[in-house]
Amino acid sequence: MVLLSILSIPFIAAIILLFVKQNEKANYIAIASSGITLALALNIAFNGAANFDASWISSINARFVLTADGLSKILLLLTGISFPAIFMTTSKNEIKNRAQFLSLMLFTQTGLLGVFLAGDALLFYFFWELALIPVYFLCSIWGGEKRIAVTFKFFIYTFLGSLFMLIGIILVYTHTADQSFAIQSFKQASLSAGQQLTAFALFFTAFAIKMPIFPLHTWQPDAYEQSPTAVTMVLSAVMVKMGLYGVMRWLMPLFPNAFSAHSNFVVILSVIGILYASFIAIRQDDMKRLIAYSSIAHIGLMSAALFANNEIGAQGVLIQLFSHGVNVLGLWIIADIIEQQTGTRSLKEMGGLAKQNPTLGILLVGFAFANIALPLTNAFVGEFLMFNSLFQFKPWIAAAAGVSVVLAAIYTLNMVQKCAYGEVSEKMSKMQAPNVPAQFVLIVLLIVVIISGVYPAPLFDLTADTLQQLFIK
Amino acid sequence: MNAIIASALLGVLMMFASWIFDNEKTHTRIALIGLLALIVANVLQLNGIYTIPVDYKGLLSFTQFGLYVNTILFILTFLYVWLNGDEIAKIGNHAADFYALFFFILCGASILTSFNNLLMLFIGVEILSIPLYILTGADKKNLNSNEAALKYFLMGAFSTGIFLLGITFIYGATGTFQLVAPNVNPATGMVREQLMQSAGLILIFVSFNFKVSAAPFHFWTPDVYDGAPTVFTSFMATIVKATAIIAFVVLFHSQFKALGYAWELLLTFVLISTLFVGNITAVFQRSVKRMLAYSSIAQVGFMLFALYGPSSFANEGILLYIMAYSVASIGLFGVLIKMKEYSFEAFNGLAKKEPLLAAMTTIFTLSLAGIPLTGGFFAKYYMLNAAVQSGIGLWLVAFAILFAAVSVYYYFKLIQAMYFVEGEPAIHEVEQGYKYKLLVFAILILAIGILPNVFLSYLYF
Repeated sequence: MVLLSILSIPFIAAIILLFVKQNEKANYIAIASSGITLALALNIAFNGAANFDASWISSINARFVLTADGLSKILLLLTGISFPAIFMTTSKNEIKNRAQFLSLMLFTQTGLLGVFLAGDALLFYFFWELALIPVYFLCSIWGGEKRIAVTFKFFIYTFLGSLFMLIGIILVYTHTADQSFAIQSFKQASLSAGQQLTAFALFFTAFAIKMPIFPLHTWQPDAYEQSPTAVTMVLSAVMVKMGLYGVMRWLMPLFPNAFSAHSNFVVILSVIGILYASFIAIRQDDMKRLIAYSSIAHIGLMSAALFANNEIGAQGVLIQLFSHGVNVLGLWIIADIIEQQTGTRSLKEMGGLAKQNPTLGILLVGFAFANIALPLTNAFVGEFLMFNSLFQFKPWIAAAAGVSVVLAAIYTLNMVQKCAYGEVSEKMSKMQAPNVPAQFVLIVLLIVVIISGVYPAPLFDLTADTLQQLFIK
Repeated sequence: MNAIIASALLGVLMMFASWIFDNEKTHTRIALIGLLALIVANVLQLNGIYTIPVDYKGLLSFTQFGLYVNTILFILTFLYVWLNGDEIAKIGNHAADFYALFFFILCGASILTSFNNLLMLFIGVEILSIPLYILTGADKKNLNSNEAALKYFLMGAFSTGIFLLGITFIYGATGTFQLVAPNVNPATGMVREQLMQSAGLILIFVSFNFKVSAAPFHFWTPDVYDGAPTVFTSFMATIVKATAIIAFVVLFHSQFKALGYAWELLLTFVLISTLFVGNITAVFQRSVKRMLAYSSIAQVGFMLFALYGPSSFANEGILLYIMAYSVASIGLFGVLIKMKEYSFEAFNGLAKKEPLLAAMTTIFTLSLAGIPLTGGFFAKYYMLNAAVQSGIGLWLVAFAILFAAVSVYYYFKLIQAMYFVEGEPAIHEVEQGYKYKLLVFAILILAIGILPNVFLSYLYF
């Protein structure tokens, strides 16, 4: 039941928000609902939760099954943390029709939680799409200047991808022994080698677009830049994880042969993507775009490690799913605070943040270190494991991907240097101390970064069962 | 049987209603009561409680499926009249005349869901079609309406000729008008004596393609849908089209084996061209009404997937499809009727002025595009599943999916205009009651989209 309630709380709050007019009240409702969701997520993560299973469409044997294993739990935690953080830090931003905005955000959260909990393929597809629709409206209504065209591109891209996945689902479904959408039946579906390959390709397209893997990434930087920052945070901290989640939940267990047969191909694409995104990030002057490209590079590393198809890589990805989300969230929040107060995202016009506002300067440096995966930060744990796995896979691939660490140091430190150090620029002199909730959120996130960097054992324990299912037959 | 007799009688009754009552509101009320009576009569037979005893000599066969389709069609008509009563009254002199025509159309529809004989099929098609020619030309002072009616009539008469020729060929081959299962040689799986029968079936296939406006026999559709008064377009594009497609499916599910391998080839050709023409042409339309005409062609492309062979997915899917498609289209036309002009620009800024109306239009549009949580998703899903199960190539399914993505482009243009573009929408005053009526349609769409089961369970009672 707790699984059902974590799904229904944001949904009910979203519906209530449709009828709320005052901004203040809307903020309280959104923060309260996302706070309860976080509490429930923590409860599920550390106490476990029984599966929820109800009849849905009996004539085609689709059931409403919610289930939470380590993989789901870690993403529930990430979703749980992200939304209150986003709501609290952006609560003073100027957004017209705030109640509707928050309502759509909570619908998105419902969709995301549903994706991470669904234990039935049709239900999974259902939530997969549901997470997309509110984002389409969020970006198109509240986004930047080119929002309509950019969001539409994003929408068509991902919609087409998910339709391909739908064919894949139908294909596997018709070959299950008991004609059901349950994940267990899907795992035992009797597919010929050719069918497995087709189904693999169909599922992979959807996940590759969502992650995104080079060369299907073209929607992403534009979408990140044009979306309102609160939405960008959701997109890059949580939503891209849907693709990785899909790979681990569906692609790896369902089509093991096709998966290992194509690991080379996908790993190489991912590594190209890593380097490509890193080089572009170095050239960026726009802080938002820089973080966007850095995020693409990090996701690329995760997909490479995942497709290397060994246990250590999967372990690294499981940890990094959470860590990357927290780190990138911290960076976005800081970028948003700077943009809100100084009105610029251009690194050229920044400088002297550390002098003007030491607290924010320190926080920026902290998250920047995490972005480079320095030891003692959370990302170090995950990235170390992932590089280890790539080395086991093919040493030269690990070497190529390893270049990205250097590149990450270049663009991240470059950003820190231009933003935090030097003379206080004209724009930066307008910078005030961020409001208390924002500071509170950032400090909490930084504590999470450091604790999970120094003592990652709870995260390992949390994900042990998923790893066992994936690699011990 | 109940439905056929009751609808014919009610049609005659409606004709005299305009003599007795002057008030058009009363006409609408009588029509609604008549429709309720029709639903009750049909449900009595569906549940096996009472059937008017008529010896129909095996010309008809009443199946659970056919009777359930009747119920759906009658309920849809009821909702349609309930929503559009006032608009219908604005056209012509007496609303009752149009209601009489509706009842005759429903009479044809109930024959088309239960025929067991090619002559009954022919009679059903004609009873359905002739009132449509009149409805198309109902706006007598409008030249477009007249042109559309003439065009429709000429083309329709021509397709009827082809239909009759097809029936003649089949009679020549089999010596009977009864629908009999094709004579398959069990050893080879091939059909015996096929030539004449196949020729006949192909002619009937062509004629049905015309009726459901599948490409390349679709040319009449945009002009007729555009020219006819919008309320009647709404009726033609939904309830009538649904009836035709059901008859199409029922007929060919029993007969397609006679065509052997050619069947797949023929159907695939029509399906591909329908998806292609419908979707691509819809992209370039400037008028929402014409866009909907082309999109209705494109939707037929998806419905044709049910024809590849009988399966529970095909049968349930086509029912879901006609429900989801009709409810969404009637709703969308219901919004369109209230617009002063039909261009996309007319919808600019609608979300600000009429938030509820815009939200409901969005739900209808999303359903037509096949997005989850709306009925359109399951409709498309069932069709695709039927297609994969029937064993046709996955490439065809992938092709359909590509065009589903294209359709998102033109459907979302409407959403973009309403929500993301500032402007003054060209809309008439919409009274509160009308919005609540539309709300029923929107809720129905969501209900089909969340619990499609509920709407299908009746098939199995």
